[in-house]
This record gives sequence, structure tokens and C-alpha cells, in this order.
Amino acid sequence: MAIETRIPIAPTSDKPQAKLSKEEVLRYSRHLIMPEVGMDGQLKLKQARVLCIGTGGLGAPLGLYLAAAGVGQIGLVDFDVVDSTNLQRQVLFGTSDVGRPKIEAAAARLRDLNPDIRIDAIEAKLTSENALELFRDYDIIVDGTDNFPTRYLVNDACVLLGKPNVYGSIFRFEGQITVFGYPDGPCYRCLYPEPPPPGLVPSCAEGGVLGVLPGIVGTIQAAETLKLIIGKGQPLIGRLLLFDALGMKFRELKLRKNPDCPVCGENRTLTKLIDYAEFCGIRGEEAPTTVTNIPEITPRELKARLDKGDDVFILDVREPHEYQICNLHGHLIPLGELSRRVHELDSSKEIVAHCRSGKRSAEAVDFLRKAGFRKIWNLKGGILAWSDEIDPTIPKY
Amino acid sequence: MAVKVIIPTPLRAYAGKQESVQVQAKTVAEALTALTTQHAELKKHLFSEDGRLRSFVNVYVNDEDIRYLQKDQTSVREGDTISIVPSIAGGAND
Repeated sequence: MAIETRIPIAPTSDKPQAKLSKEEVLRYSRHLIMPEVGMDGQLKLKQARVLCIGTGGLGAPLGLYLAAAGVGQIGLVDFDVVDSTNLQRQVLFGTSDVGRPKIEAAAARLRDLNPDIRIDAIEAKLTSENALELFRDYDIIVDGTDNFPTRYLVNDACVLLGKPNVYGSIFRFEGQITVFGYPDGPCYRCLYPEPPPPGLVPSCAEGGVLGVLPGIVGTIQAAETLKLIIGKGQPLIGRLLLFDALGMKFRELKLRKNPDCPVCGENRTLTKLIDYAEFCGIRGEEAPTTVTNIPEITPRELKARLDKGDDVFILDVREPHEYQICNLHGHLIPLGELSRRVHELDSSKEIVAHCRSGKRSAEAVDFLRKAGFRKIWNLKGGILAWSDEIDPTIPKY
Repeated sequence: MAVKVIIPTPLRAYAGKQESVQVQAKTVAEALTALTTQHAELKKHLFSEDGRLRSFVNVYVNDEDIRYLQKDQTSVREGDTISIVPSIAGGAND
């Protein structure tokens, strides 16, 4: 099936005639000698302008390969600072970059890789106020963010401006990749009209991610971006590629344009950007939880109770592999197993439930209260807060 | 009909850590009911309180989205694969 893959890249006639220097011919020789790229394709790459949202796990391999391939103008948007937990997968950065703004470290690395291209280092948080303005100057947007509000924002801005959106997302060892934003193709809202309510799907910070996974997914995004620019091959428009690193399997599902889509459908109701934090149910800076009015105990209060010799039962609702990293010698019942292992708990005893940061244990306390437990508290801030306030020898993860 | 339901990574914790579950069903609705009967914890992640499939969870029979077939009344045949595909957002910093 032939798919129309023309990209809305500004026509060459609008720009000074691009030419490769002698040095560039040598640098890109492995592209130039293959007919699928050739001089035509390489000049298209040189004139292309790609905006990468996020310079983290996905943005790192993406930025590296786009710069290496000779994409003439690469915009990078991020506002974060490199920290040591990034280095397990964010291969743009080195140990000496810890503490440095990501955008600065990323731009320096890409400029070193390819000094002939233009890198726009945009140290900013993408918002409904700046997105359209930022996107306007680029031909293709690549979404490598880590949260639902920004994903819906990127989607809507791309649809409103008619720009392709090369999408990739990851969780643990599983990835999803596709290309949204083509007039006849689906958009992110066609696939998922609404985001999950906060807290219902575990975040990556809780779930973890295999370090190489964003490397693979970000590299596939780079491949799709390069294909769109040179106009060769079959792009992932209307196809959702699922990748499972554990089973080492790729699967493909059909994506259809939803005629009732609020942003790209026939009777669209969304014609400008909205408040995406509100749309995704996140208000304020506080980490959202699905449950409220949970009785809590602070690490200091719990420590005082234990020091007095009170008989407090510690329930750890994390996973066994987390217990191995650090624990408070609690009784381990992972949240997912709580409903069928509730008989292991004595409701006449005082119970303090904890997890890593306090979110999962809040759900556990909520569940147990509904099951009739009355003397139960959630450890505020989880084992992370215990490490901060009580015992600094407990490693944080 | 024996059909395979593929459980996505974020929901495996609620399905006994299994990658896939075999169920007997003639329709998608029957398959999902069989699945959530075996694994009750999955129910609130797949269905809202009014019993409708959540809008951030898509279900496919083989490679087709059931929203463009007969929704949960889509029939399944021996050997079909049902995929549950929830939205995931990770990518930069998590």
C-alpha cells in the first residue's frame, strides 16, 4: 500500500541553494553512496529542522543520531538538570555533567559530534503559551517527554500546526512508537482520547525502566524522523509499533483516525491549546494520589513509637526486588497481592504501611480500611522520608 | 474458543505477573470477563465504575482496534490474540 509521505518541509526554493562542502561529503559518504539517501537525501537532511522535546532517555539517542546524520537544525527543549540516576540510560551525558543543565550538556555534546549543524538549546518548560511559537520554526516534532500533560500538549500543537509528531514512550521494558500528525493519519487523541487518572497507572519513577530500552525506542524515533525527511520507506503512520525488550518481540497494531476526534476529527471542538495539567487531573505541584483522607504517621512519630517498644506491625507493600535494595524489616506483601493475602494481617494490631514514597501504601491503607482495619496508618513519604529523617544509611532509589 | 490475552507491562502486577493469559470466550466481552474473574485486581484498571472500558485502555483483536469493529461484542476465533494496550508516558526523566 502506497502511503503519502510528503512532509511539510519548507520547499528548497525558499532557502539558499544547499550544497555540501568537501568535508561534509566525506563525513556523510556512507549516506551519499546509498541510493536511498544519496546527495538529494543528504541535502534534505541538511535543510531539515527538527525539534526534540526532552533530552532524557529518548532524546539522548535521538539527538545523537539526528546530529550525526547531518540534520541541519536541531532544537532541544528541556529545563532539567543532569542527576546521577539519569546516567543509567541518558547516554548524552557523562558523570562530569551531573548538576549541569541538560540543555547545556546536550548542546555541547551534539556540537562536538557535528559542528556543521545548528543546535538550538531551548532551556524552557514546554507550555500552552510557548508551544505554538516554538514549533512553528521546525518541520518535524519528536516527542520524548515523560508525562501525559506534555504528550497531549505536543499532540494538539502538532495537529493545530499540521506538523508530524514522531512519538515514542516507554515503561520498564516495553515501548510504543508511531508517527502522528499527518492530515490523513491519526493523532494521539485518536488513539487515547483521555489520559489515565493520576495514580492509576504506575509512573516510571515507581516502575523503573531498562536502561537500553529508551536507547532502542529513541533510535527508532530517529530512524522514522530521517525517513520522513528523505521521503523514503514506509513510515509508522497509522501503525503502532509495540516493542517488548524482555521477550525481544516487535508487534504492530493498526491505528485509525477517529472521525469523532476532538482535535483532528470532522467536527473538531478543540481549536486552541488548553490547560493540560487540568486536563490530566493534576493540580498543583503535589504528587497526585487516587485516595484521600488516609491516616498518616510521620517517620519521626513512628521512630518514637518503636523506641518506646510499642508493638507496631510494619507492612511493606513494595515489590520483593525493592525490599532487597533496602527495608525496614517489615512484612512484605506487594500491593498487587494484598487482596488475596489480607489474611496474613491481624486487624487487632496497630499497622503502619509503607512503600517507597507513600503512594502505593496510601492505596494499601485505603483498601485495608475498607476491609475493616481501623488501626492502620500510612508512613508519610515512605522509606525515602525514613532515609532523610531517621536513618541516612538507608539507600534511596 | 481458546484465545490469548496479552497483558501489558504496567498491568502485569495485577495479573499474577503473567505476560499473557489463556481464556475461553466467543467475544471480547466474554474474554475480558473471564480475565477479570481470574484476576479481580485487573478490573478497576480496565473498567470504570460504570463498567465501561477505560478511555486510556485500548483493546485489539489481532491487529484491529475493537472500537472500529463491534466494540466489546467483537467475536473472537480459536487462536486469536487479544491485546490490551494502555497509554504509557515514560521517556525523559522517569
